[in-house]
Amino acid sequence: MLAFLVQRISQALLVMFVISVIAFAIQDGLGDPLQQMVGMSVSQQERDAIREELGLNDPLPVQYLRFAGNAIQGDLGDSYFYSKPTLDVILEHLPATLELVIGASLIIIVFSVPIGVYSAIRPQAWLSKFFMGVSTVGISIPVFLTAIVLIQLFSIGVTVDWFPSDTGWGQWLNGALSTDGGLPSYGRGEELTHLFGTWYSGFFSTGGLMHLILPAVSLASIMLPLFIRLIRAEMMEVLQSDYIRYARAKGLSAGRINFLHALKNTMLPVITVGGVQIGIMVAYTILTETVFQWPGVGLMFLEAITRSDIPLIVAYLMVVGLIFVITNTVVDLIYGLVNPTVKLTGKKA
Amino acid sequence: MKKLLTAFVGSLALITAPLAVSAEATKELKMAYDADPVTLDIHEQLSGGTLQLSHMAFDPLLRWTKDLDFEPRLAKSWERIDDNTMRFTLRKGVKFHTGNELTSKDVKFTFDRLKKSQDFKAIFKPISDLKIIDDYTFDLVTSEPYPLLLNTATYIFPMDSKFYSGKTEDGKDKSAITKHGNSFASQHLSGTGPYTVVERQQGVRMVFKRFKDYWDTNSPGNVDKIVLTPIKENNTRVSALLSGGVDFIAPVPPTDLDRIKRDPDTNLVTMSGTRIILLTMNEERVEAFKNPKVRQAIAYAVNQEGIAAKIMKGFATPAAQLSPKGYQGHNDSLKPRYDVAKAKELMKEAGYEDGFTITMMAPNNRYVNDDKIAQAVAAMLARINIKVDLKTLPKAQYWPEYDDRAADIMMIGWHADTEDSANFYEFLTMCPNKETGAGQYNAGNYCNPEIDAMVEKANVETDLDKRAALLQEVEKRLYDDAAFIPLHWQDLAWAAKKDVHIEPVLNVMNFPYLGDLVVK
Repeated sequence: MLAFLVQRISQALLVMFVISVIAFAIQDGLGDPLQQMVGMSVSQQERDAIREELGLNDPLPVQYLRFAGNAIQGDLGDSYFYSKPTLDVILEHLPATLELVIGASLIIIVFSVPIGVYSAIRPQAWLSKFFMGVSTVGISIPVFLTAIVLIQLFSIGVTVDWFPSDTGWGQWLNGALSTDGGLPSYGRGEELTHLFGTWYSGFFSTGGLMHLILPAVSLASIMLPLFIRLIRAEMMEVLQSDYIRYARAKGLSAGRINFLHALKNTMLPVITVGGVQIGIMVAYTILTETVFQWPGVGLMFLEAITRSDIPLIVAYLMVVGLIFVITNTVVDLIYGLVNPTVKLTGKKA
Repeated sequence: MKKLLTAFVGSLALITAPLAVSAEATKELKMAYDADPVTLDIHEQLSGGTLQLSHMAFDPLLRWTKDLDFEPRLAKSWERIDDNTMRFTLRKGVKFHTGNELTSKDVKFTFDRLKKSQDFKAIFKPISDLKIIDDYTFDLVTSEPYPLLLNTATYIFPMDSKFYSGKTEDGKDKSAITKHGNSFASQHLSGTGPYTVVERQQGVRMVFKRFKDYWDTNSPGNVDKIVLTPIKENNTRVSALLSGGVDFIAPVPPTDLDRIKRDPDTNLVTMSGTRIILLTMNEERVEAFKNPKVRQAIAYAVNQEGIAAKIMKGFATPAAQLSPKGYQGHNDSLKPRYDVAKAKELMKEAGYEDGFTITMMAPNNRYVNDDKIAQAVAAMLARINIKVDLKTLPKAQYWPEYDDRAADIMMIGWHADTEDSANFYEFLTMCPNKETGAGQYNAGNYCNPEIDAMVEKANVETDLDKRAALLQEVEKRLYDDAAFIPLHWQDLAWAAKKDVHIEPVLNVMNFPYLGDLVVK
């Protein structure tokens, strides 16, 4: 166990080192941070003075060594835009992203397991076919389109008048297809509860939860179909295996077979994929957060790029790298718990 | 930070509570801009966002009206004493948010700070000194006659000198202007303006509250609380308005103008703007551009009206010169001159009938439809056999290329900080000169000392009629010479719920006077 952790920590350090070097190497291509800091009419001399002050005139290796020296002491530099340490800025924005990912994950778990299991047990039922059809569509629609459609439907609202309103059925159809809107379409709202440090949570108020609905649904819309299909495929395979047939022959109830014996083995690969996908979801939030003006790290990162806020870009990439390493580690640990035959460090059993 | 501000404002409320007598302001306004102010220090960066904040939390000595006239604000009146001196009289009894009273000392403090600000010092260069006469009278002194003294004075938003003087707890100077640091002024604010800042989470939201002791008791404004949310994504900003999440948005993207017009609950206000979009032709990189005939041919080949109608969907005013209507240099006789036959003829006369190949660069996220405009121009030039190798870049990468003059034709948009024509010529058409900073953005390297001399002359001409004649002549000669290719002035657009009466407080400079906003 200890050896495993040491191995992972050194891995994390290596990942962060590589990321920081790459981020530094490409910073010239990210544009000139000064353009964002001064008005158009500021003279060249003034610009040069600021550039000197920021240390932007030094050769890249010198800049990197200065950065690395500070980084070892836990200082990843100050953001140009926020005029604050980059880690503080990221910590301020991280809770919003984590809540969005948690919200989306909850939606995924609540819907994917029952739907996946059901369509594995009854693959021929029309409901299963319907779910499979919808999930194919869902997986192929880009997240920003989903988001825009959701906003139009549930935030702005649509009035449908395709059907004759002088007939009863026409009125009913018009009414059924029209939506009122009213759900918040941007931001996290004002009713946030302070938990600790920089964590203001939207989970404890109606307003906060309402703001979370549309972003979380759009974010989930990408991963949900994937998980339904994964669970379905795994489950169908498990249902064919010998020990399930044996259980059936033994006369166990269908519920016990499906949910106790089969589901357990189905979830093993799902956990592995799920862990990785949650890491990826942190990256997917960039799109979702932009559309919903969700004040998380994704939006922050995207704006940092348009502003050429290089210290913030470098710090964000390093933090994301760290998150990936951590989620992978946690997944491996959970995997070890669920399936004791797996040895973590790959030593002989 | 949030706590600190609240505490500060809380103590303020205690001081001012017994005095609360001003007009009843009870309404709440939720608004969304594409960005929030970068800093609370109004001298840190000269940008639209800074000026919008300045007009909310501070007041200028005088301000522009809708028709580009001057309106007295903190300065009650002004008179010219001699060629180089203008005397201002301050309004009495004006309070800062801290309760301190405004005197000439605060104006002097602000003026000195402006002279130090990296972004503002260029604008204030012609004004050499501010002399205090007494507590409510002061002189602005220039080294030579300066016709734009009042234009410049619109940038003086007096700051609370007592509040911004002294040292912070960790020993930093409170008045310091820091571009990229955590300075006192970038986090704290005390002005005379209609609103105080009660909460600020950068990039997330900013909350303003009406200042109870605001001096302008005649202001019709009845908004007590403003919540500003930056929403960068165009679509989201429009959705926020349509869904009722916010009451007022700016800017409105051209693609959504119709959608907002169709909505019965919202009002759309558009105005012809003052930012000129133009293309430069680099004479140093391309031999052919030295020939005025080739430049004219290009000017004839580009269809400004077509671009404004088709690509900008009518959301732009086609331009044939730099100065928009209302500016002194605006020359009414200059019209767009689209004529492909004439352009071909000129190319033939210049000996370039078979054309040539050039490079062109434009940003793709800086101006409205910038990349599409560039593509259209490239197609138009192909018709006179000029093959264009076009590259469009995000603004962060584009400007370093612009500074390097990395392509033969480059796009730039320019707004005159002084709201005056001469500013265009100084930055865009004067012979580039590293020492004086003239022609800093003249990527065409167009150079005509005669025209420059006329601009210099206009800059010390205080007779406004004579000055206007001079500037219009400059505009005409630049047009005849086809020194650059003007495209259009980008329109401005705002939208609000019907009960928010935005129209009277909007102006072409794009800093809404929200203190005077009425919500029914």
